[in-house]
Amino acid sequence: MAHGAAPGTRSDGTFYAEGAIRLFVLAAVFWGIVGFLVGDVIAWQLAFPVLNLDLPWTSFGRLRPLHTSAVIFAFGGNVLFATSLYVVQRTCRARLYGGDVLGKILFWGYQIFIVLAAVGYVTGVTQSKEYAEPEWYADLWLTVVWVLYIAAFVGTILKRREPHIYVANWFFLAFMITIALLHLGNNMAVPVALMGGDSWTKSYGLLSGVQDAMTQWWYGHNAVGFFLTAGFLAIMYYFVPKQANRPVYSYRLSIVHFWALIFLYIWAGPHHLHYTALPDWAQTLGMVFSVMLWMPSWGGMINGLMTLSGAWDKLRTDPVLRFLVVSVGFYGMSTFEGPMMSLKAVNSLSHYTDWTIGHVHSGALGWVAFISFGALYFMVPALWKRQSLYSLKLVSLHFWIATLGIVLYITAMWVSGIMQGLMWRAYDELGFLQYSFIESVEAMHPYYIIRATGGVLFILGALIMAYNFYRTIKGDVAEGAPDSVPAGATVGVQR
Amino acid sequence: MDSMDQISGFLRQFWGLWLMLLFLAIVWWAYRPKNKDRFRDDAMIPLRDDETVEEKNDGRAS
Repeated sequence: MAHGAAPGTRSDGTFYAEGAIRLFVLAAVFWGIVGFLVGDVIAWQLAFPVLNLDLPWTSFGRLRPLHTSAVIFAFGGNVLFATSLYVVQRTCRARLYGGDVLGKILFWGYQIFIVLAAVGYVTGVTQSKEYAEPEWYADLWLTVVWVLYIAAFVGTILKRREPHIYVANWFFLAFMITIALLHLGNNMAVPVALMGGDSWTKSYGLLSGVQDAMTQWWYGHNAVGFFLTAGFLAIMYYFVPKQANRPVYSYRLSIVHFWALIFLYIWAGPHHLHYTALPDWAQTLGMVFSVMLWMPSWGGMINGLMTLSGAWDKLRTDPVLRFLVVSVGFYGMSTFEGPMMSLKAVNSLSHYTDWTIGHVHSGALGWVAFISFGALYFMVPALWKRQSLYSLKLVSLHFWIATLGIVLYITAMWVSGIMQGLMWRAYDELGFLQYSFIESVEAMHPYYIIRATGGVLFILGALIMAYNFYRTIKGDVAEGAPDSVPAGATVGVQR
Repeated sequence: MDSMDQISGFLRQFWGLWLMLLFLAIVWWAYRPKNKDRFRDDAMIPLRDDETVEEKNDGRAS
């Protein structure tokens, strides 16, 4: 194997560049709590509209994109930056290309993007494209940051000392490249200022009508597929084996999993446009590819879960592993539900109802957030060179309180969503609609309260995590803890 | 040149088939008995790293 480090690669005393990763971890915790909090505020707004405060900046319409972007791009994005830079260096056995300097440029560049986007949302600057709301100036800024991100990642892979590129890096790279493609494809717009308009923030998109809708959902669904799935599957393929201290169940299955996902996912977008002006064949194509996605999704889930085979007892004693494994379970559950909802017959009932919101959150809270929590709990002691977390009991408390929150959330949304769908399509014997729209809104009220209560529990869990990290970084270890897990085992320092 | 254009134009119609064959070739490569040992080895990559050892050895795992 080629070796011999270039001179000067160890300027900060450690082999790996970790300064930026530590910042990304802290930012992930911060934005996570902000994003969950805004989400819960808008959940209470739906139950009690008076909480909109009659101000434009605090209305549901402006806070909702703030919530989705904060949790997906600010929380999820910072988690992906942190884990990808952590994993690529370790599995390539090479220091980050560009070192901590490039790492910190990435960090501040990305945080500036988040703030630019967020300020736009509350002041009413938006492209009105779901999950692609930031206007042209923020989009251009993100493009620069993203190119640097890919350069740092690929540069590290190119100078690797491990001959094989570990599968987690394939997933990370697929995530980066596809997001670059989606971002450029869906944000083709001309600022009105260039055409003699007097606004510096407003732009018009290149496409219109059904072409615009299809491009938007090609973007939207693949943001789910490559940002929230491929990126977090990369986390699964590194952190589950690491925390369980055993290799992934089948490396060969992971290769097939990767390529099947890549070949299939990009086609599934049209299922967001069932029964619209989109041609019928395109809708059917989207439905068929969504159903085919069952196979790679469940192949990946089985691969993650079976990694535990022969070591299931660790779930009893290790709450960090519990986060990771339960997240894979949620992944399996929501990737079962998704293809089912993409069937036209089911979609005619579920579309535009709360069922969709429930489905998204079983994926977002159960899969994305839980696997992120697991990875963060793993990385914090390792990055700050602590022997263990401050308290595993608090991790366990976080786990149960957050799980209860998710269960309240998704069950409430299932009931309210299906009820909504049934009320909208109910006819009386004369062929008139049986319920007015406002009657269906009224029927949602109790479920909105249950959902918002679940959200409160989820935030409480995140605050417990933040406290645990604060004490861990300070160097504290709770009395009598961690007694069930040998020192080092949780942080992955000893193998 | 013209005939090449015609041939490529003809073959491009079947892009779905080519992608399918490419995918099947990947599956064949992954499950080929000859590759069994190397993939078992590759699966160990995350478990083999040890920062303290690598610092001593210029980034090599052992």
